[in-house]
Amino acid sequence: MSTMTAPVDIGRATRAEMLRLRKWPAVWITLGTWLALSLMFGYLFNYLSYATGDNSFSNEGATKATLLAEMMPANAPNVFLQGMPMFGGALMLVLGAIVAGNGYGWGTWKTVFSLGVHRSGAILGSLAALTVFVMATLVTSFVFDLGLSMLVATTESQDIVMPSLDSVAEAAGAGFLVLEMWALIGFALGTIARGPALSVGLGLVWALVVENLLRGVGQLLDWVDTLTMVLPGTAGGSLIGSIVGLDGADTAPGILDTVSGPQAAITVACYIALAAVVSIVVVRRRDVA
Amino acid sequence: MDRQTTTTSQTPVVTTEALTKKYGDRVAVDRVSMTVLRGEVYGFLGPNGAGKTTTLRMLLGLVRPTAGSASIGTNRIGALIEGPGFHPYLSGRDNLRTVARFRGFADAEVERVLERVDLADRATDKYKGYSLGMKQRLGVAAALMGDPELIVLDEPTNGLDPAGMADMRALVVDLARGGQTVLLSSHLLAEVQEICDRVGVINNGRLLRQSTVAEMRGGSSLRVRATPEPEALAVAMRLAGDEGVRRTPAGLALDLPADAAPHLIRELVAAGVDVLEITPAERSLEEVFFEMTSPQLSSVPEMSSAEKEPVS
Repeated sequence: MSTMTAPVDIGRATRAEMLRLRKWPAVWITLGTWLALSLMFGYLFNYLSYATGDNSFSNEGATKATLLAEMMPANAPNVFLQGMPMFGGALMLVLGAIVAGNGYGWGTWKTVFSLGVHRSGAILGSLAALTVFVMATLVTSFVFDLGLSMLVATTESQDIVMPSLDSVAEAAGAGFLVLEMWALIGFALGTIARGPALSVGLGLVWALVVENLLRGVGQLLDWVDTLTMVLPGTAGGSLIGSIVGLDGADTAPGILDTVSGPQAAITVACYIALAAVVSIVVVRRRDVA
Repeated sequence: MDRQTTTTSQTPVVTTEALTKKYGDRVAVDRVSMTVLRGEVYGFLGPNGAGKTTTLRMLLGLVRPTAGSASIGTNRIGALIEGPGFHPYLSGRDNLRTVARFRGFADAEVERVLERVDLADRATDKYKGYSLGMKQRLGVAAALMGDPELIVLDEPTNGLDPAGMADMRALVVDLARGGQTVLLSSHLLAEVQEICDRVGVINNGRLLRQSTVAEMRGGSSLRVRATPEPEALAVAMRLAGDEGVRRTPAGLALDLPADAAPHLIRELVAAGVDVLEITPAERSLEEVFFEMTSPQLSSVPEMSSAEKEPVS
């Protein structure tokens, strides 16, 4: 067989992928969309309800004191986490799918592999770069939420009580696991589908629709109920739910208490590992056209 | 004019043995055994769908062979396979920097290859704004990065204007002069004839022949237009042998030296044949290629009526 492939150098591949990701408008649009959603659903609608005294779908009849407390800096880790099971996961899935999938449409994977770059190293580098962007999204999002909460506290002449380091660390860990899981699932789908369109479509339909339907069917069929406990949406939602808690109708979409926090964390970690392994195995074994 | 072989060694840098690729029942590449020698320019010829690109993809590890093997005797390889593939939102320079990082090259190498393909002035433009020719040159630039020992170019002149083709030809010759091995797939047979040391012709997935360009073209020949053709053919076969006569759309082609023409004319006239035209000729690589890949051309039943017209 050919002797041409160079040794795996994940560091080089990561730097290469970082260069193209940080200059890719789609990446920044994804991050900007996430921040805009955080602003609207985490603070803007709640603040408008608080300021006007009107009820809206986002406050579900909460008192003004409750609304204000939810927007304070001490609660920033919870606000930061609440959108992740639904919107954050979906956006990261899209990001992962386009990072992997567009390389096939544009022929960039072909270019890289034909020049002797080891496939596993290239994919690991791409996954590492994607992970860096997931972490950057987390940090940016948390700083953004904290800034908004401090702005609300200052505007409403409230004492600024910062969240405890433990709660920040817990939120960061859980948030990372959930966003990383969806990003890598998106990456695996983009790899399997060899393009972004199908993988984004299928991924979003699964994450936003199919899992919810299955959870509904699970109330009728035991085996479906058992199955839903190991699905990624259930795991991610339960992990976030174990931290922020469920508050009846006020609970953000996607947050669940189906399985315990530790079990959910393990399941999410398994999906991360599985998605990475599937991506590498598929790329290593397939013909690149 | 054929390229003079001055730097080629007998050391193979690319070797395939019975390389085969099947897609379901369809055999795309059928037991191809080819050798590319170090320092030579090897032309890989074949019609569309003949299996050229699939063979090159197997060589580069993009496609797994169904059977057989391919080995490359160097890790320093540059390749451009079936058109360039780059990120449209990045500039030409940033695309090359991405490739350079993957391969562990410094940014200075990017500037060197940009200069080499004459793209330095447009290096900051987005790739999506490049013309087809510029995209092709950027692909070649990526292939040249790191001063590779082996450069595989699959249809590098696609999309290039005549000046771009001439530049690409000069580049390939320059690479060969520098001792680099070039495996060149191209449809432009005149170009291949001019710059390649050896050629391999593939059709329907099978390597039909592999030899030097001179061997492929054969020796000099005589072109004869004469009537009646059956009698002319009989005389020709008597003098040149069964294997030495080919029927072409332009008449009979005989593997005889030019100084055999007077004797041939005498023999034809003695047999009652009217000689319309007799011309010493060398077969071009294009003619050989079409004879090998289009069997119907080598068995043209008879000349056209226009060719039967006597020369006035």
